[in-house]
Amino acid sequence: MSDEDILQVTNICKSFGGVQALLNVSFNVQQGEVFGIIGPNGSGKTTLINCITGFIKMDSGKVFYKGKDISYKPPNQIANLGLTRTFQIMRPYYSLPAYKNLIVPLFSPRARRKGGWRGGGKLGDRGTVSIDILEEIGFERDSFVPYKLASSLPTGYLKRLELARCLALRPDLILCDEVFSGLSMSEIASMVPLIEKLQMDGITLVMIEHRLRELFRVASRVMVLNFGEKLTEGIPEKVMADEKVKEAYLGSEKLLDYTFEA
Amino acid sequence: MSTIERRRERLDRGIKVRTEGIYAVSSWEEVTYLVLPRLILIVGLLLLPVLIPSLYWKRVVSIAAIYALLALGFDFLAHFVGLVSLGGAFFIGVGGYTAALLNKSLGLPILLTIPMATLGGALICTLLLLPALPLRGVYFAIVTLMYPLALMRIIEALNIFGGTDGILGVAGFPNRWVEQYLILLIVIFALFGLRRLVNEDIGLVFRGVKDNDQAVRASGLSITLYKAIAVFIASGLGSLGGAYLSHIYMWSGISQFALDFSVIPIAATVIGGGGTLVGPLLGCFFLVPISEWLREFGTLRIVFYSLILMAFIMFRSEGVMVYAQRKYHQFQRWVKV
Ligand SMILES: Nc1ncnc2c1ncn2[C@@H]1O[C@H](COP(=O)(O)OP(=O)(O)O)[C@@H](O)[C@H]1O
Ligand SMILES: [Mg+2]
Repeated sequence: MSDEDILQVTNICKSFGGVQALLNVSFNVQQGEVFGIIGPNGSGKTTLINCITGFIKMDSGKVFYKGKDISYKPPNQIANLGLTRTFQIMRPYYSLPAYKNLIVPLFSPRARRKGGWRGGGKLGDRGTVSIDILEEIGFERDSFVPYKLASSLPTGYLKRLELARCLALRPDLILCDEVFSGLSMSEIASMVPLIEKLQMDGITLVMIEHRLRELFRVASRVMVLNFGEKLTEGIPEKVMADEKVKEAYLGSEKLLDYTFEA
Repeated sequence: MSTIERRRERLDRGIKVRTEGIYAVSSWEEVTYLVLPRLILIVGLLLLPVLIPSLYWKRVVSIAAIYALLALGFDFLAHFVGLVSLGGAFFIGVGGYTAALLNKSLGLPILLTIPMATLGGALICTLLLLPALPLRGVYFAIVTLMYPLALMRIIEALNIFGGTDGILGVAGFPNRWVEQYLILLIVIFALFGLRRLVNEDIGLVFRGVKDNDQAVRASGLSITLYKAIAVFIASGLGSLGGAYLSHIYMWSGISQFALDFSVIPIAATVIGGGGTLVGPLLGCFFLVPISEWLREFGTLRIVFYSLILMAFIMFRSEGVMVYAQRKYHQFQRWVKV
């Protein structure tokens, strides 16, 4: 464990009744990198994020964020430390317009502290700030899109809204749960530069992805989960060459589909 | 011109005058369009004491206003925070006893007992409901219903706070006009205050809790804290009503924990239209007089009452004000088919 690690996870275990969703999973994420987590469906990736961010109580294990023990803390406290997450199944406030969705995270203690009075400080009030964030994440500023009800937005925008909620908290680390899934190839192509930009802004990213091609464009290291256990970890090329990984993927789904999807 | 060639077309009015927060009002007609309904409501409520001559029915207006406070609180919790509360009786009882005790044992005047019972009652109710806040839906409702029943029995069994006789000799209002206009102004203030609150930033957090509480937690906000704040507001309105009730009847007793206070606000919300705030308020001014009038029929009134409710649920399930607001924002015209 080095000082550069923003996140240190040790021996997380979690079982749901009889299902061992996670077994002794440990990994470190370095400050500023994009860290990928891959694995077949049901391998425990979402559960891992839920445990780290406090949405699920893990059975055992420890999580250190910036050297501080955050294990078993409530999710809102963890989010206020700048460790944010997106949801695989998007969780917008459907009855509110897109830009009002962001007023909720802008109301958080962290956003208020960072942004000054009304979450905007010199930047303006929360409504203005949320339009700015939405523009940054790919909502056209002068269109009606930011003002539309979240319930009328297509998947692509909802995925962006998930990321926008994290950005409103001025995060240091974002755990992304399949932000590319459900998107068309062109939508993914437009999201990749966005991820790169977040990294340039100094935000560390952990990305759960099935779209390996796009993931490998941005991720420096990846970890593979299978049946709740960590198979291996390393640079993408080495990991994909690993026999155990090939086996795990071939066992359930086709590796080739993911790697060489056009 | 036969209707075969023409059909009625319904259009939503332009977004210009409808979008809240953006007031691009350009003509007197548009100002009138926005202000008129509010004006009618306020003037209508304030005229009630003048228009109603009989002392008995004047009292009913005050009682309806107290129910309106409960209904506003219920609609706020149910449709803007996602908490279904049957706590009307709990809030009224706690507020009623608090005001009566402050007045009788400490000798405080009405001017102090009502605000103190409002805040103190809200605090007591919120603290007692704190353990129930993580509960959802009907489970929360059951807890809010359990407290008034339990408190009633405790007061009876321990013979505290005057036991079954209640607390007698509580100070009354100087006169009927003060009694009526004060509560009507409070109701109007509560309505517009709540309407404003739900569109403020903190109101969006409340609505977020209803829509998707996990996303609120992911946004760094404690859902328990915001639910507690919301319960504080709603129970404050109820306690205010309870305090008022004690001073109106110059008495506080276990009948202030009666389930009517929990049930009528819900019925009023069904009739008036949930989520509109004004609908439940008007629902009370319709239901409470009816329920008074039906008193003549003895226990049979429950049957009439149920029939009215069933009719509304079957024929206007969205509530009158939801329907009325939609119609108000649409205009119709005939067009050629
Ligand atoms: N809340 C839950 N209750 C019971 N079982 C669960 C729950 N969440 C996940 N699981 C189980 O844990 C395993 C891992 O699920 P998940 O973390 O969602 O996988 P992934 O995100 O990798 O597809 C699955 O077998 C799933 O059925
Ligand atoms: Mg998953």
